Amino acid sequence: MADHPSEKRIVAKAKVQDLSFSILGIIVLFFAMAMLATLIGDLLADGLGRISKQFLTDFPSRRPSEAGILSAWVGTTLVMFVTALLAIPLGVGAGLYLEEYAPRNWLSDLIEINVSNLAGVPSIIYGLLALGFFVYGLGMGQTILVGGMVLALLILPIVIVATREAVRAVPSGLRESAYGIGCNRWQVVWQYVLPSARPGILTGAIVGLSRAIGETAPIITIGALTFIAFLPPSPIQASPPFVNADWLTSPFTVMPIQMFNWTSRPQAGFHENAAATGVLLLGMTLIMNGFAIYLRYRLRRGLRS
Amino acid sequence: MSDSMNAPHPIRDTSGDQTMTQAPATETPVRAQVRDLKFWYGKFQALNGVSMPIYDRKVTAIIGPSGCGKSTLLRCFNRIHDLYPGSRYNGEINLAPEGVNLVDKGIDPILVRLLVGMVFQKPNPFPKSIFENVAAGLYVRGIRNRTEVEGRVEEALTQAALWNEVKDRLSKPAFELSGGQQQRLCIARALAPKPKLLLLDEPTSALDPIATAKIEELMDSLVKDVTILIVTHNLSQAARISKYTAFMHMGDLIEFAETEQLFTNPAVSRTQDYVTGRFG
Ligand SMILES: Nc1ncnc2c1ncn2[C@@H]1O[C@H](COP(=O)(O)OP(=O)(O)O)[C@@H](O)[C@H]1O
Ligand SMILES: [Mg+2]
Repeated sequence: MADHPSEKRIVAKAKVQDLSFSILGIIVLFFAMAMLATLIGDLLADGLGRISKQFLTDFPSRRPSEAGILSAWVGTTLVMFVTALLAIPLGVGAGLYLEEYAPRNWLSDLIEINVSNLAGVPSIIYGLLALGFFVYGLGMGQTILVGGMVLALLILPIVIVATREAVRAVPSGLRESAYGIGCNRWQVVWQYVLPSARPGILTGAIVGLSRAIGETAPIITIGALTFIAFLPPSPIQASPPFVNADWLTSPFTVMPIQMFNWTSRPQAGFHENAAATGVLLLGMTLIMNGFAIYLRYRLRRGLRS
Repeated sequence: MSDSMNAPHPIRDTSGDQTMTQAPATETPVRAQVRDLKFWYGKFQALNGVSMPIYDRKVTAIIGPSGCGKSTLLRCFNRIHDLYPGSRYNGEINLAPEGVNLVDKGIDPILVRLLVGMVFQKPNPFPKSIFENVAAGLYVRGIRNRTEVEGRVEEALTQAALWNEVKDRLSKPAFELSGGQQQRLCIARALAPKPKLLLLDEPTSALDPIATAKIEELMDSLVKDVTILIVTHNLSQAARISKYTAFMHMGDLIEFAETEQLFTNPAVSRTQDYVTGRFG
């Protein structure tokens, strides 16, 4: 080996390059992680002690130690339910149509550009749209349904783009073999493309929902209340037909709004409450993302190709 | 090129020009006749007027250097090109005795694919169970009767020499099979609906020698029931398994002949150069 000095120099140089890039990467990563850790650590230190059964089962109150987030977490859950129910079928349908059915022409190009642009529109603009159109224009009021609708609009581009990407990633071999056995387009899309794209679509949907769960601006804009001391009517009832849609038209609040409201109070006790709500919100997002990872793992196992 | 003579089972002949390869005077009936077939990917012409017979219940191999148009020709037979915009056909692939021109614009590509089965280069079973994979083509054709489906699945798996290996785990995912088994599963999937033609595009190029040998062996027994058209870049494979061979080069069919003749005494010098390894 001693008789290859120039090759040795090349190897040494490559090693130095690799090493310096790794060090740079680790430093950048360290800073990013340290910031995040500080933020979460601070939140946990402030709020963790406040989380109790009472905190989850009480309505807001004038006294910080008696206040709870019952109406907020119920509101968040119901709004997210509406959002998911609207955004996932619409977004997946639109994505499938654009990718599998739409002819490639100026119109589909225009739609494509618009969808990507919509993903970048500030969320308050969606709030204004909903306030003008749903709340006043259609007279729907400041209800859970409108809250769910505006958040669904907000995350629709995310779901559409994720669906298109997942569909595009379906191997052409699978598509060709499905057509090859004589399937028509409907059969190929529903029986082969969609199941194969499902992990990617679900990931996109949950990323969208995790974004929606923390959104405050559009919900405030449509006029969700900040102090709610009652629950919406239950979606389930004891007598037939057992389900009840009255909750959709109920006023509501959500966790980020409750948090926002508490942080703007002077008393330290409310700040503690806000931090505790933040911890719970973070926990909900983490659970959703964990669920996405689990689903992806489960579904991929059945699809290994 | 073999002598231009009329096919023993005459099929609708619309072209006056007889420069194409026609069936030689043998007893073998023709299952399909390709006539002056041209194909374009957008502006690029990939087939420049190919004519050749496909003999009934024989293996016909398509050979030629990479990029010469073998896959393009094969994929005309089940109109899979139709999935991509800009594809254009001209000419005929006449199925006999049905008398349908597979590349006619008026013929629905789905109908064509219901008549013709295809196996691709890379084994690509569906993400379903072994049973459901083979049954998929039957369901598409509206065959749902449980006993009939079960019978046809067993028959196809037996034909594909896979039955004994999978009969105890039909409900297991197809991905649990080895590459060679997956490819035989794909062959069974194509066979189950009893296709008029079975197309195979380099079906063994992703497999190890033992799996390859199994599939080659399989061709021999399959051809009793079904007409096979196979693309291969492996000359000795073509020599081993096919009765007829077509040699292509840059979108042209250079020579079509009985395999033995094409390999030992080709009529065209370019064929000679290719089969003796002087180019390609
Ligand atoms: N989708 C496509 N679009 C444009 N050109 C293509 C496409 N597929 C193949 N071709 C071209 O057509 C010619 C024949 O390709 P192909 O039939 O795949 O060759 P082979 O199977 O013999 O290797 C090649 O020149 C190739 O580059
Ligand atoms: Mg090829």
